[in-house]
Amino acid sequence: MGPRVKPGVTAQIFPSPRASSCETRGPIFSVPEETTTKMQRETRRLILLLLPAGIFFSAFFLIPMAELFLIGGTGKEGWAAYASIITNRNYFNSLLATLGVAVLTTIVTLIISGISGVFLQRHKFPGNGTLVAMLTFPLAFPGVVIGFMVIMLAGRQGLIGTVSEALTGDKIVFAYSLAGLFMGYVYFSIPRTILTVMAAAEKLDPKLEEAARSLGASPFRVVVDVIIPGLKPAFISAGAICFATAVGAFGTAFTLAAKINVLPMVIYTEFTLSANIAMAAALSFVLGAVTWIVLALARTAAGGTVAAAG
Amino acid sequence: MSDINPMSIALKTCAKTFADGTKALEPLDLSINAGETVVFLGPSGCGKTTTLRIIAGLEEPDAGGQVLFDGQDVTQTPIEQRNVGMVFQSYALFPNMSVAENIGYGLKIRKMPSSQIRTRVGEMLGMMQIEKLANRRIDQLSGGQRQRVALARAIAVRPRALLLDEPLTALDAKLRDTLRLEIDTLLRSLQITAIYVTHDQAEAMALGDRIVVMEHGRVAQIGAPRDIYQKPATRFVADFIGTMNRLNGAVRNGVFTCRAGDLPWPEAPADASEILFRPEDIRVTESGEASRLQGTIASAFFLGDRTRLFVEVGEKLPLVVESTARRDFSRGEQIGLAIDPRGILIL
Repeated sequence: MGPRVKPGVTAQIFPSPRASSCETRGPIFSVPEETTTKMQRETRRLILLLLPAGIFFSAFFLIPMAELFLIGGTGKEGWAAYASIITNRNYFNSLLATLGVAVLTTIVTLIISGISGVFLQRHKFPGNGTLVAMLTFPLAFPGVVIGFMVIMLAGRQGLIGTVSEALTGDKIVFAYSLAGLFMGYVYFSIPRTILTVMAAAEKLDPKLEEAARSLGASPFRVVVDVIIPGLKPAFISAGAICFATAVGAFGTAFTLAAKINVLPMVIYTEFTLSANIAMAAALSFVLGAVTWIVLALARTAAGGTVAAAG
Repeated sequence: MSDINPMSIALKTCAKTFADGTKALEPLDLSINAGETVVFLGPSGCGKTTTLRIIAGLEEPDAGGQVLFDGQDVTQTPIEQRNVGMVFQSYALFPNMSVAENIGYGLKIRKMPSSQIRTRVGEMLGMMQIEKLANRRIDQLSGGQRQRVALARAIAVRPRALLLDEPLTALDAKLRDTLRLEIDTLLRSLQITAIYVTHDQAEAMALGDRIVVMEHGRVAQIGAPRDIYQKPATRFVADFIGTMNRLNGAVRNGVFTCRAGDLPWPEAPADASEILFRPEDIRVTESGEASRLQGTIASAFFLGDRTRLFVEVGEKLPLVVESTARRDFSRGEQIGLAIDPRGILIL
């Protein structure tokens, strides 16, 4: 036990909020100069409070990004390296492929997780809790493990190949392509999206659905008009994380094949094999910027409704 | 305004047992006439909301129960095909739609042409006096405005019955009075069949053509507000509706004798051992007036138009007496009391 402090003593050390608010209100009726010094002091205090976040933000985000941007222009082609991402067919295709896989992953993940998340939230059955707990499993797996699992399922010796060969004589193998990568990303993204959807579904007001039904809405219309708008904020935040992860994930792609033409792989190749550090930096910067723009657009597009639902 | 075709509603042996085995409603038979306003009244957990939800189609009665609309069995009909308007305590307005879109939602579902929807929504906004709110978002409305929108939304589709589940409970007292009056006027002018669930007896008395008092999943009494108040069928009803005073004692030669003294009561039944009466049937005697009933004021609350007195008379509970006398009452004061024998009940 620490030394006992009488309540009265504490009150003296920390003046009550009421007392301090009186203090700030007071000067309105007195000399204006005093108000300025008070305001200056308040601004200084705010700057001081912002300092830790500011330092962190500069050290780990602003400075590295600026450095990356500058390095991008130090190659043989100079600043043209940035233009070559558009003009060079190889780079441009991999940018498109990366964004395409990410968009598709996001959409498919949201559909699967939306349905199962609402289902798991609404229907309590024996084993429900265990199932939800098990769903968080893939969150802990590194990309390599997920790649390995995709190979076991859809690879040359995989389950799908073996079954399809036995049934039709044709061996279906798609693990080493964008399709395999897409499958891995969806698998990886589903757990956290389901958890987000479940948390949001819990907050949906069942009375809204009852009201819609009393007005004649079919179950399908209830989903379209009530449940999806209610889950929209969750879909946007989960979708944003899902998209960003799919754009940047490297481990899975690396495990599946060197052939897969997605931007993180291209950056890796440029950086380690070709030692074209400037090009790798330029590609990295563009990858980051494009992702940021896509997410910003998605947020703005949904902004009005998100605010209204809140 | 009476463009609504009201229907009669009947429940036949409707019981409800929930999945966890809780018996929410004992078998209930009830018929509601077309255009009638029936209030389900009772404390929480008495089964009133369950009954409403069975009528709405949000709950299914246990096997054997039947819900009839105009004599037609709708027990298996889902709510979206029953054409009943619902109003909830929490308003349940769609947050992603404007006020006008909320009101027009049911019409849009019915695939009404948008020009007609606009006309009908305009009518509804006018009826509820919320024209100015048409383009507002729901989160920009006050509680009272929200409930007006909810009413307009439910009525817009010309439902065959209006079901209201504690619509005023979330509002503050003053607004509750105003909206209660508005709902009363609305229900009368629409001549719609309405079922109104509440735990507030004042609301029930004001709105109901008939009141169904419920207790523990059973109907305690069905009747007009006046009957329920003046001739309660059970002690529960007597206590739940209004305030009830009670005195214990015995009758001898037309006089009821209790701890507080004697009460002359010529028609007294010989076996009366407890009498019940309302605060308005007991008064404080004037000075100089002879009284054989005496009590001590335990507390006095000046309410403006009257003073509510709690008078100690040697019983478990003090008597509640309402006095309109223009005088001060002080705690500990001895007063004489007179009871009007016409107001005495024995249950």
